[in-house]
Amino acid sequence: MTRDPVLKITAKFLIPLIMLFALYVQFHGEYSPGGGFQAGVIFASAIILYGLVFGVEAASAVLPMSFLIRQAAAGVLLYGGVGVVSMLLGGQFLNYNLLAADPVSGQHLGIILVELGVGLTVTAVMVIIFFVFADRNRP
Amino acid sequence: MEQVIVTVLLGFLAATAVAVIRIKNLFAIVMLFGVYSLLCASVFLIMDAGDVAFTEAAVGAGITTVLMLSTVALTGSAIRIDKGSDKRNKLMPLALVTLTGLALVWGTLDIPPYSDPAAPVHQHVAPRYIEDSPQEIGIPNMVASVLASYRGFDTLGEVAVVFTAGLGVLMLLGRKKRKDQNKS
Repeated sequence: MTRDPVLKITAKFLIPLIMLFALYVQFHGEYSPGGGFQAGVIFASAIILYGLVFGVEAASAVLPMSFLIRQAAAGVLLYGGVGVVSMLLGGQFLNYNLLAADPVSGQHLGIILVELGVGLTVTAVMVIIFFVFADRNRP
Repeated sequence: MEQVIVTVLLGFLAATAVAVIRIKNLFAIVMLFGVYSLLCASVFLIMDAGDVAFTEAAVGAGITTVLMLSTVALTGSAIRIDKGSDKRNKLMPLALVTLTGLALVWGTLDIPPYSDPAAPVHQHVAPRYIEDSPQEIGIPNMVASVLASYRGFDTLGEVAVVFTAGLGVLMLLGRKKRKDQNKS
């Protein structure tokens, strides 16, 4: 938590841009470097910046711990779920060929869903770790 | 030109490593680790490994620095120096380090030259990915198709590791908060 107006205004200006960049990295990962891991870390760093500048309480109000834990689990579940669905459709575990009408669009859909799962889990876990550490620092 | 840039960056890397060893303030060391990661990311970028450079910059220089700083805020930034450590014999560690370093350099003599297309690592599964992934997966970033599709099972494991790390931190450090909530 800082009282410095320069830091606050700079953070307010930067945080939406960082989040937008994270979404770009997430959903543009098939065309340019990046993907779920990098996007998750970048998105988490936007929230961590918010927590550093405006206080962890303010950041926890936006993303409560109960929500973060569910988000982390949902990411792994989405990833594994894509694998199970491709099995139920008659294919192998995590073989996305049967997810859509033709194999190539099935692969596209599978990769987008799987990367989304990675992004959800990585974002949530990074923020969880930061919140827990920051919580210990308070007397 | 590329050779010059890589040499300068590696020189900076070595200087950062020496500085990390010599500095006794943990806060400064954590910041230097961030510098080290950013230099590594630059080297990866010059080697055309965009995805790896991206990850190194975001994880190594970004998140890790924040987490290390949070840890330093818990432990305090001073290193407790053992007074007796100066009097111990330093020849044995020096000999050990020199021997290990020489063994590693000797090991690099066998490595094929950098970006040699005939190197064994480029002859295993890489040709198949390069030739077939445009038809099979159809996305331009081949790293993504290897990571999320061909090696999807490995990536599932990695996500599980990240998830488990979060659970571990919560179980080890998240308890104090729950007690506080019960009290209030």
